[in-house]
Amino acid sequence: MMRFIVRRLLQLIPTLLGLSILLFLWLHRLPGGPETAILGERATPASRAAIRKSMGLDDPLIVQYGRFLKQLLRGDLGNSLNEKRPVLDLFLERFPGTIELTVTAMIIAIGLGIPLGYLAAKRRATWLDHLSVGASLAAVCTPIFFLGYLIKALFAVNLGWFPTFGRQDTTIDATRVTGFYVLDGIMTQEWDAALDAMHHLVLPGLTLASVPLAIIVRMTRASVLEVLGEDYVRTAEAKGLTERRIRGRHVLRNAMLPVVTVIGLLTGGLLSGAVLTETVFAFTGIGQFAAQAIDNRDYPVMMGFILIIAVVYVLVNLIVDISYSLIDPRVRVR
Amino acid sequence: MRAPRLRTALAVSAVAALALTAAGCAASKRDPEAPKKDTLVFGVAGDAKVLDPSFASDGESLRVARQIFETLVQPEEGGAKIVPSLATSYTPDSTGLVWTFKLKSGVKFHDGTDFNADAVCFNFNRWFNYSGLLQSPDVSSYWQDVFGGFAKSESPDLPPSLFKSCAAKGADTAEITITSVTSKFPAALALPSFSMSSPKALKDFEADKVGGTAENITYPKYATSNPVGTGPYKFESWDTTNKVVKLTRNDAYHGNKAKIKNLHFKTISDLAARKQALEAGDIQGYDLVAPADVKPLQDKGFNVLVRPAFNILYLAINQSGNPALAKPEVRQAIAHAINKKNIVDSKYPPGSTVAIEFHPSSLPGYNESVTKYDYDVAKAKSLLAAAGYANGLTLKFHYPTEVTRPYMPAPKDIFELISADLKAAGITVEPIALKWSPDYLNAVTSGKNHDLHLLGWTGDYADAFNFIGTFFSRAKDEWGFNNPALFDQFKKADQEPDVNKRAELYKALNAELLKFLPGVPIAHGPPSLVLAKDVTGVKASPLTDERYATAEFK
Repeated sequence: MMRFIVRRLLQLIPTLLGLSILLFLWLHRLPGGPETAILGERATPASRAAIRKSMGLDDPLIVQYGRFLKQLLRGDLGNSLNEKRPVLDLFLERFPGTIELTVTAMIIAIGLGIPLGYLAAKRRATWLDHLSVGASLAAVCTPIFFLGYLIKALFAVNLGWFPTFGRQDTTIDATRVTGFYVLDGIMTQEWDAALDAMHHLVLPGLTLASVPLAIIVRMTRASVLEVLGEDYVRTAEAKGLTERRIRGRHVLRNAMLPVVTVIGLLTGGLLSGAVLTETVFAFTGIGQFAAQAIDNRDYPVMMGFILIIAVVYVLVNLIVDISYSLIDPRVRVR
Repeated sequence: MRAPRLRTALAVSAVAALALTAAGCAASKRDPEAPKKDTLVFGVAGDAKVLDPSFASDGESLRVARQIFETLVQPEEGGAKIVPSLATSYTPDSTGLVWTFKLKSGVKFHDGTDFNADAVCFNFNRWFNYSGLLQSPDVSSYWQDVFGGFAKSESPDLPPSLFKSCAAKGADTAEITITSVTSKFPAALALPSFSMSSPKALKDFEADKVGGTAENITYPKYATSNPVGTGPYKFESWDTTNKVVKLTRNDAYHGNKAKIKNLHFKTISDLAARKQALEAGDIQGYDLVAPADVKPLQDKGFNVLVRPAFNILYLAINQSGNPALAKPEVRQAIAHAINKKNIVDSKYPPGSTVAIEFHPSSLPGYNESVTKYDYDVAKAKSLLAAAGYANGLTLKFHYPTEVTRPYMPAPKDIFELISADLKAAGITVEPIALKWSPDYLNAVTSGKNHDLHLLGWTGDYADAFNFIGTFFSRAKDEWGFNNPALFDQFKKADQEPDVNKRAELYKALNAELLKFLPGVPIAHGPPSLVLAKDVTGVKASPLTDERYATAEFK
């Protein structure tokens, strides 16, 4: 197992190296440059040229890339052009928000998706099945930012149940320990702050969960349907096993393998979804930060964000591979 | 054994999902109509960059500065005319070079120190003696715009400084000497960038210790966490991660104290999200209301404050890229081809006006009798024919995407209307759509590849030079012409000490500009901000100089 994990982690190196080259070339092919982000709209062509020179933006690409790679190997993602601070620090400050949001979204997606998918399969062709299939189709088809506005319009503007933006009410002066606001509230026993942070997570969490929820429902349903038709399930039924035992030991367990794979892929994808969700909800995580960086042509932040997504994606998939062995004893990682 | 574990995990997830929603609901019995009465949360589109106003040139930093700091003079409430603020009077000597500022007495900075003539001179001398990175245009932008250079300018590009000296004549009189007469002085002192900071705090928090490099400037404590002014609000905190600047009432304020105890500026970059936050009662106001939202918000009872238009949208014509555009007849043809009234009527909010020259009518120097280019397609065609383009002409037309500006609410729509007008007159356009910043701004303000483009300006202070001088007082890539006679005229007008004579010179300049026609002035659009139904007392300012100390909950 250990060798497998190390091998997979080593695979990260060529992946990230290739990605960094692609990214570097792509970002530098984009029209415009970071000069206006630095100098503002009043910049003169002369001062723009001076900035380009001082930043080495006029050097050959290979030289610029070499410089970038050298920094990267030292764990230095450079400084944000807009915020004038190390990119890594800025990401670390915002990462807890995005983790809270993605975990919330996955709790909602898995917690509701698997039971719904199972029920839809068990009660095939009933109203519940039609409803869950229809609703998941609608959720997948609806652009996430549009859904965000709709959810906000209903639950925040009309019903007034939830706040429309942010991670915590601006009037709450909570003690910060880890940067995870819910956790901080619990650790410091500032229950109002913890509850308020949870309160702020519900709508963006629901919005971000929409696509994975829909996919998990459909995957679970399809997978359970397939397993329900298997001989061993019929055998188990013929043996007179209880419904609960058949569901847990034979159906769900065998149906979960493809679902877990999809969950892994979806978790990585959530970081991309967070860009839109966090923007719509002014939720201060790395997604909103990345969106802002794109607006400002903040190259170091854009690069950092994509590299972080890549690392998370690979790590999540590694966890998925490991979890196979827990679900299916026949699968052994080597 | 593993199946129950899986079941348990699923059960826990389902319960957690429901619990999360339930927990949210339990805490959610909010009344959107009942905002916290001691806090006004104002939604802004972007983050402040820095809290030391002398380093600021962006609207969001200046908005915060206006609440914490005060200037010697300020725009009148709701207008652009300069009126006393920390100075009770300001008078020039006969040469127009030495200005005496009588100061308000009994004013204290938030740190308890006295505001007096020494503090005024400390601030001016501080700006004048900026060195190293502090002379970067990114750091001291407005000083360089208004005063030019420094005591020891480190760049040969910087002009000699307009500021000469400041002398304290007793506690309540400061005498400021400038090197040449200019229409900018003292009007420009109303800019928040020339706010009075506490000399003690400037020293204590090492305000001049700007670090890093020109492209990566790091600001000292004073500019990030300890700004100290004399204004009605004091700085409390700036949470850069969560994008909130918190201010609290200055209970020792020398004037009328702020009516609302806490003032928070929260960045919500998405316009629709700002609107929803207001409707839900999460914020009590926001700026840059989309023109299409003005009426619906008014209908719902929100207080939409329309600022008097203090801006201009123009169609710029670059004379150096395309030889056709160097011909006056072609530029006149373009002006006659555009149906400006149609653009204003269909794309601008109520209160907008068609522009006949390059600055708003509220400024001295506005000239009613400039050459006017009425919408006349036949005339446009004949002018084109006279210039040798009877068979038509193709021009590159840049317009920006993903942006609205107070003077340009719908760039693409305006572009399309103008394109259709030009086509009717025989000019075909080659559209070039670019992202506003930095692509578009880079493309249209440098190089020679732009024939026509849309751009505009919102005034910084009440002076004609701030508009037309910014555009036309020197050779610029944006316009591609070099007209030394015109540039001399600008210099003469700017340096005329007599206010009335100066206004006449600007009138003449406006007439000259409209004859020369470097571009086509299109429209003046009034930008709006909105406050919650129960918030009153704020007066919209054409200079975005709203002060929230007068705001109150009904």
